[in-house]
Amino acid sequence: MINDNSETILDVHGLRANVDSTEILKGFDITVKSGEIHAIMGLNGSGKSTFAKVLAGHSAYQVTAGSIQFSDQDLLALAPEERAQAGLFLAFQYPIEIPGVANSQFLRLAYNTVQVQRGNEELDPLEFDDFVREKMKLLDMNPDFLDRSVNEGFSGGEKKRNEILQMALLEPKLSILDETDSGLDIDALKIVANGVNQIANKDNATILVTHYQRLLDYIVPDYVHVMQAGRIVKTGGKELALELETRGYDWIGTGGQTNAGATA
Amino acid sequence: MSSVVSHDYLESLLESLPKDSTDALSWLKQLRAEAIDQVGRQKLPTLRDEEWRFTDISPLTKLPYRPSQAAADLRLADIEHLFLEEANNRLVFVDGHYAPQLSNIIDTENLVIGNLSELLSSQASSIQPHLGQYAKFQENIFTAQNTAFLQDGAVIAIARNTSVSAPMHLLFIATQKEVTSYARCLLIGDTGSNVTLIEDFVALQEDAYVTNSVTEISLAANAQAKHYRIQRENNKAFHLANCAVSLAHASRYQSINIALGAHISRFNLDVQITDEAAECSIDGLTLIAGKQLSDTHTNIDHLKPNGTSKQQNKCIIDGAAHAVFNGKIMVRPQAQQTNSSQSSRNLLLSSQAHVDTKPQLEIFADDVKCAHGATVGQLDHEELFYLQSRGLSEDAARNLLTYAFGAEIINRIAITSLRQQLEQIVLNQTQSR
Repeated sequence: MINDNSETILDVHGLRANVDSTEILKGFDITVKSGEIHAIMGLNGSGKSTFAKVLAGHSAYQVTAGSIQFSDQDLLALAPEERAQAGLFLAFQYPIEIPGVANSQFLRLAYNTVQVQRGNEELDPLEFDDFVREKMKLLDMNPDFLDRSVNEGFSGGEKKRNEILQMALLEPKLSILDETDSGLDIDALKIVANGVNQIANKDNATILVTHYQRLLDYIVPDYVHVMQAGRIVKTGGKELALELETRGYDWIGTGGQTNAGATA
Repeated sequence: MSSVVSHDYLESLLESLPKDSTDALSWLKQLRAEAIDQVGRQKLPTLRDEEWRFTDISPLTKLPYRPSQAAADLRLADIEHLFLEEANNRLVFVDGHYAPQLSNIIDTENLVIGNLSELLSSQASSIQPHLGQYAKFQENIFTAQNTAFLQDGAVIAIARNTSVSAPMHLLFIATQKEVTSYARCLLIGDTGSNVTLIEDFVALQEDAYVTNSVTEISLAANAQAKHYRIQRENNKAFHLANCAVSLAHASRYQSINIALGAHISRFNLDVQITDEAAECSIDGLTLIAGKQLSDTHTNIDHLKPNGTSKQQNKCIIDGAAHAVFNGKIMVRPQAQQTNSSQSSRNLLLSSQAHVDTKPQLEIFADDVKCAHGATVGQLDHEELFYLQSRGLSEDAARNLLTYAFGAEIINRIAITSLRQQLEQIVLNQTQSR
């Protein structure tokens, strides 16, 4: 929901970033206020996922110019874990499997680490078990997933649900969902979208990074941004996503730079 | 000659053993005599021996390491912390000598469990066909030494179709410095039997000593055994171990070997699949640091068709430690339809840590499935980033991933208290970095 009086959570200005000395982000700007849902769309290689990784602080990406203000903090000065503790959450496109660590152990460790940083009480295993089971209902997850190793042997849909479960536990101020819809069948997509919708409120914000309009049928964005060649080239409302679905990306003017040969 | 124990010394020690002239023991005397003969013929291996090319055991020759004498009395209270609540059947050996006052045997129905020297007269007919028959001493000086000194040792024989629910816990405790202790175990599983064996090597002192361990396991048709081997000697010890396993028709053997201790350790595991449809699963975890050297050599020999072997070996190496893994899998010409897999995964935690890993597949049958793979690496950056992005510090993330790497093996141990003890050891070690 758009409310002009809301607090600005994220303010990205003139962001440039390299991976392996190749510039991927080339002057990226975005402003996100609390209560808002933004969608960033674009073709493969446009820099969407790079933006998500740079926000979370992945060391493979070097920021060469620009600034990221996260509430009242300079995000680029923070280590990845400090960003998480400050309330940033990245739902991974490809969640990592960690054989040997029980999901319950991992979730509780993450939850308690963040709670301590925020000056709250830790939960002991029994308290946490009650708490996490409640959150799992939100995502229609089988409690068996608590006993299994983190993401190991999970289907694509189960991994994505586990990501949203972490989001529900950590209660971030800003969530970036990187291609969360990829690999999901329609039932799993609805469950994941429902979870995200229940977590979203007037005090937090969500950025959906996606290829397809499909997800946006279930999580309705306030803004749709189109990325090309490392920056946002067009911004509109939710109807822009529908237009992209029917017309593809080619019609959008790029002011010179295009993805050579790219088709929708 | 740089041998640990001189031939003369060996002979004199054996002469000092109590004379027993009963016929029942003549076979044992002969076995020992053959072993003594082999000790005289063989030399300590050096780096020039193919089987020992990564493992320099010459430090072993710097001290005499005489055979241990019976130790001072330990009290139960000294070792209670080592007990496993699920394992009520416990045999304790102190410096290789059986300690009945520290041992505890509750299961006696349809099985034999006890000390070799005490069971020899009553159980000779079941012991003789197996003792010294699997762990060959003709080409292994340490097995030869162990057999030459054969006196005390654990004997466990499970009767036909008997399933023993409480695990058998063999506790080998080192209390003396600069001695050699000979640990010996014989497990005989009759047709359709089922048992869990834990061999646990610990030290209650901090100086150097030698443990020479030989374990023989024979499983008859359809028998099952789980065999957990926990090597947590002190960090100055030498641990030289040989385990030989013989699997009959459709028998199943699971081995989990955890190597944490010793300055220099060597574990040879030899599994012979002697009849059809036998299965074995051989897992190992080595967790070492400092200047430790830990060498695991396994040999799985598929002699007959339809056998299955699964093997996963993992090493976590910190400091300037050195791990060696050599995994030989032999598939003989008649062993068709063999299904075998082997994986060796190694985690290096420091720039000076070192591993030599070698799969060695020798396949002479044409209709088999054999897979193997080896990896050596550091902690994965993407995994670290994933955990950091959930709020964990880099150190916490590293510790968790290191722990997880080992926990994958430890989690396969079906005894809760043992698993928890090991999890705690691994946690302490990973977090002390």
